Amino acid sequence: MALILNEEQQMLKTSAKEFLKERAPVEALRKLRDERSETGFDRQMWNEMAEMGWACLTISESYGGLDFGYVGLGQILEETGRTLTASPLISNVLLGTTAINLAASNTQKEALLPIIAEGKMLVTLALDESTRHNPIQINTTASKEGDSYVLNGKKVMVLDGHVTDKFVVAAKTENGVSLFLVDAKSDGISIQRVIMMDSRNSATVQFENVKISASSLLGEEGQGAATIEKILDIARIGLSAEMVGSMTEAFERTVAYLKERKQFGVPIGSFQALQHRAAQMFCEIELCKSLVLKSLQAIDANEENLPILASMTKAKVSETLQLVSNEGVQMFGGIGMTDDEEIGFFLKRARVAQQTFGDANYHIDRFAKLSGY
Amino acid sequence: MTTTTEMPTPIETFRMEVRNWLEANCPTSMRQPIKSEKDLYWGGRNGTFANEDQKAWFEAMYEKGWIVPHWPKEYGGGGLGKEENKIVLQEMARLGCRKPITSFGIWMLGPALLKFGSEEQKRHYLPEITAGKIRWCQGYSEPNAGSDLASLATSAVDMGDHYVVNGQKVWTSYADNADWIFCLVRTNKEAKHGGISFLLIDMATQGVSTSPIKLISGKSPFCETFFDNVKVPKENLVGELNRGWTIAKYLLTHEREMIGGIGETDVKKPLHQVAIESLGTENGTLNDPILRPDIARWSIDKMAYDITIKRTMDEVKAGQSLGAASSFFKYYGTELNKAKYELMLAMGGYNGAAWEGEEFNYGQLARQFCRTKGNSIEGGTSEVQLNIVAKRILGLPSK
Repeated sequence: MALILNEEQQMLKTSAKEFLKERAPVEALRKLRDERSETGFDRQMWNEMAEMGWACLTISESYGGLDFGYVGLGQILEETGRTLTASPLISNVLLGTTAINLAASNTQKEALLPIIAEGKMLVTLALDESTRHNPIQINTTASKEGDSYVLNGKKVMVLDGHVTDKFVVAAKTENGVSLFLVDAKSDGISIQRVIMMDSRNSATVQFENVKISASSLLGEEGQGAATIEKILDIARIGLSAEMVGSMTEAFERTVAYLKERKQFGVPIGSFQALQHRAAQMFCEIELCKSLVLKSLQAIDANEENLPILASMTKAKVSETLQLVSNEGVQMFGGIGMTDDEEIGFFLKRARVAQQTFGDANYHIDRFAKLSGY
Repeated sequence: MTTTTEMPTPIETFRMEVRNWLEANCPTSMRQPIKSEKDLYWGGRNGTFANEDQKAWFEAMYEKGWIVPHWPKEYGGGGLGKEENKIVLQEMARLGCRKPITSFGIWMLGPALLKFGSEEQKRHYLPEITAGKIRWCQGYSEPNAGSDLASLATSAVDMGDHYVVNGQKVWTSYADNADWIFCLVRTNKEAKHGGISFLLIDMATQGVSTSPIKLISGKSPFCETFFDNVKVPKENLVGELNRGWTIAKYLLTHEREMIGGIGETDVKKPLHQVAIESLGTENGTLNDPILRPDIARWSIDKMAYDITIKRTMDEVKAGQSLGAASSFFKYYGTELNKAKYELMLAMGGYNGAAWEGEEFNYGQLARQFCRTKGNSIEGGTSEVQLNIVAKRILGLPSK
């Protein structure tokens, strides 16, 4: 498949760019932060996104979606990376919707997807339990009691967990790991909002004897592990698309500053020490763009090598975003250390995004394992 | 049930014809991977075939017009269109056919003559190249003109009906075996880039001499070439007087793309496979826990680089421009190749340290390692490529 966007995907990207520039520039994130917004994102803006179909790009037409695919979603995510827009696109579209698409029964889909497609229900994934991404380590339990299950355990880094309507919870059952769809208002759930470095939100969620019906099981009991990997691989690639947007924007801002800032009577961008570092970043960013597009296409084509592509992409993109965000602050100099200058927002988003769904070390290790060494 | 009879398209028919012809005409021994220099036929006045198969293969391809399938017939080519040319190359690759001749004439001078040469020059020089009669070498760099190539000083002075050339070139690949040299010469001392011309010189002319340079790899693929009052006919000038820099830049871009792709051909086995075989695994994990992430990082970069080449080609096909991308590819590809050999040497341990001896494959790894150090120097250093990316792509200012 040619590694270029088709006309429809290009149009979606252009319209997303225009919308976000107008409705959600970096300034909007600053405002949410300074006003200590309850949701952490702009609900009204999310409604507008949903009206444009952004909540249902990956939902099939039979459930009220657009069935537009992940290459299209990736273009929107890349543009939100440029503007650092906080929205439920990662938590609800990449994680929650993907989980339902992959694991839910037709009955469950009929009940949930049309509402999600309209942006009127938020679903997120409650998976990690330790301080670093480790989807294999699950201590939360779901013990069967008659026709229902009882959930016990604690989940961390549950994205937008403080405002979600439902959780997809990974828990140990008798014969493996299972996924459950759990209402956030159920008795026994306590949610603690965590405001993160990048001014976005996650939650620590405690499940204490939460009683759930058997009908809330997503997929077959004990068969959750493979689904979790697939959800995560899709989310890793989608998040990488957002990160490519962030690194491109941070880099372009940095290059513009190198041309504008004068010291010793000349633009600092005329110094070779800075030129070569900028040129090297350009090369690394080009590699990241290729990996992301290739991986997004692989999701839509349902390719078998998705795990290895996802790990390659998340590893490379994480390391490059770290480099570009660090160099951005360094090249902006003293002004880069101030809260007034927006380059610092990119540094802070970078570090959170790097950790989310596994950092470079995690994925380099996974890549090697998948390659047989 | 309905059946449809599908007629093969003309292009599919052509592919079948090519396949059948190659099967019938390419000797089995010419379908084996290249093992040493001897397996390459370079042509030229003193060119000799290593064996009968090599000769038969070259002659069959020459008769067919496929030495350079896409050059026009009147210039010794096969006159094939882009699509047909691609099919010939694909089918050759599929069968593992060796190139019938290795030639800087085809690789470098040919494209320049086709673009900048006069009709007379094309009709004279190009058929000699495809017939393997003349072996060419390139005269660009000089002792004091490396990265700053445009400061070259070898002069060609107008003597009315001819030029007289004086000076010295370095890094002239295989000049000691070449018949002719294409040179950048200074025809105006007042202008730097605008005082350079592109000249073709017969190396049999009195006053031309060469001397090989021994490299750190122990081999001598390069020479110094000296010009001492060499008389060159005026019709050997390619393009306009003092406009040779344009041709030089065109060829350098071409060369960069070829060097950037250098990692493609030399070691076929994936790096991690080499690692597994030389270091071993325990419970599926490489025995060297420190080298393991280095190898994984390199492999990711290499795949990402290959995907980026494909993306760029797809963008070009879709009508988006390539720009200064050749500098990016040259820089990144050569740095990757150097990094690979650092890893290979680290994995090789004491075996990688050996320089001689049959059990160590005559130090091939160590010698190849040494050779890769030149990748980021020849054809414009990595630093020069980064300068080009910074200025032409990023638009950063000069001082």
